[in-house]
Amino acid sequence: MQKRAVVSVLGKDQVGIISKVTTVLANNHMNILDISQTILQDFFTMIMLIDIKDTADLDHLMKDFKVIEEELDLTISIQLEDVFKSMHRV
Amino acid sequence: MAVAFTEIQETIRMVQMESLDIRTVTMGISLRDCADSDFKKVQENVYNKITTYAANLKPVAEQVEKEYGIPIINKRISITPIAEILGNHTPKEAVELAKTLDQAAKKVGVDFIGGFSALVHKGITKGDQTLLDALPEALSVTERVCASVSIGTTRTGINMDAVKQLGTIIKETAENTKDNSSIGCAKFVAFCNPVEDNPFMAGAFHGAGEGEAVLSVGVSGPGVVLNALKRYPDVDLGEVSDIIKKTAFKITRAGELLGREVAKRLDVPFGIMDLSLAPTNAMNDSVAEILEEIGLERVGTHGTIAALALMNDAVKKGGAMASSYVGGLSGAFIPVSEDNGMIKGIEDNSLTLSKLEAMTCVCSVGLDMIALTGDVSPETLSAIIADEAAIGMINKKTTAVRVIPVIGKTEGDTVEFGGLLGRAPVMGVNPFSSAKMIQRGGRIPAPLQALIN
Repeated sequence: MQKRAVVSVLGKDQVGIISKVTTVLANNHMNILDISQTILQDFFTMIMLIDIKDTADLDHLMKDFKVIEEELDLTISIQLEDVFKSMHRV
Repeated sequence: MAVAFTEIQETIRMVQMESLDIRTVTMGISLRDCADSDFKKVQENVYNKITTYAANLKPVAEQVEKEYGIPIINKRISITPIAEILGNHTPKEAVELAKTLDQAAKKVGVDFIGGFSALVHKGITKGDQTLLDALPEALSVTERVCASVSIGTTRTGINMDAVKQLGTIIKETAENTKDNSSIGCAKFVAFCNPVEDNPFMAGAFHGAGEGEAVLSVGVSGPGVVLNALKRYPDVDLGEVSDIIKKTAFKITRAGELLGREVAKRLDVPFGIMDLSLAPTNAMNDSVAEILEEIGLERVGTHGTIAALALMNDAVKKGGAMASSYVGGLSGAFIPVSEDNGMIKGIEDNSLTLSKLEAMTCVCSVGLDMIALTGDVSPETLSAIIADEAAIGMINKKTTAVRVIPVIGKTEGDTVEFGGLLGRAPVMGVNPFSSAKMIQRGGRIPAPLQALIN
């Protein structure tokens, strides 16, 4: 069965955020299924739905994101999609 | 159906800005098969069983926490009330067993292990008495062992002989740990109508009706409820209840999902989901502030009980719809030292001990984490416990007392417990004596409410 996770990126808007984040995903062979992005009072908010094969990969992905988080001063989190489904869907 | 962008944002906001968390995953472990006439053997059995069953509790919970992005703050263990396996062993040995539990907790990396307990609501067995005798020392020489004693139920009445002993036990524990703000008392709860599957400390134990091992979850989130209410400052109380209900529902669903996942990976059955609004000293993570948001200038003023009753009930309703197995204490906790709003209420002379007692009639537990003046007499402590137990007995609900007589401090001082336990203003007690009533001993008979067959 397809397993999906939500990647959320929050931080100050600047050049290259999308490119850097998506590069990490591509390097980890993860397919982006949906992407949405807004700017709220200077704050960049991007939410992506990605396809993951197994959760072991997430550790590696988190490590890679850690680097960009520090470089661009962002907060990136990854959460399995189930948690949103169970909170918002009956 | 796909989840909408705004819903994803809502969850992220709850976690990152409003302190949504799973407060605890607690593994209940039965220790009944650990009893033995040879004490060394008991120690060995207990240590081995706990460290084997709970070996993966912490790593698994941490992994699940990472994958779902919702923090699981505490990993804990509850065990069979120790008095049940003490048999003919001595109080000295019981203290040694407490140390063994402490070591086992350290080994598996849990911050608290609950169940150094005795159920004496009707009578006291040999093993129960041994545990009671060992309590003051056990609480002061261990770090992570939590104890509780059940002294009353609706079906049995209140065992006042046990209540009498507890006053002395609490006082002695306070003396033993006086160099450390009498912190030993923070790990001890006296219960009326205790529940067997409570995952929250210090009152957790693995009851007689429970299985071999079970995983229960305690979810919290006063911050989330507070922020939800802040978005609707002018709605009427029916809608306030509805907002709390919906928020509680979402929190519970997240908790149940993670709890079941942890249970599945540990290969133990999922027990219950306890949705209790448990405050922490984090900014805005306060039950008192929810009551103030509903419309009180300061917690403790007139209307506090009505607001608390509304909130407690709404939390239960939301939680009950969200989980198939709601249990534990489910409702709202009102610990003083862990809630910045309660602390402020006392400092501003709005919240008093009597009001706190009254509040326990409509919330999930009782007098919790209240610092009392160090010169309080054991009889007064017993009388405080008796009052709370009577409230629980008559209202068919759980009530508890976790008070800390802080040796060397008097009314108006502040005491720092540190860490999760927070800080508390020291409260005075009624100066008139209750000694005669406590000295009488005996049992308060089961009330009319018990005769329902």
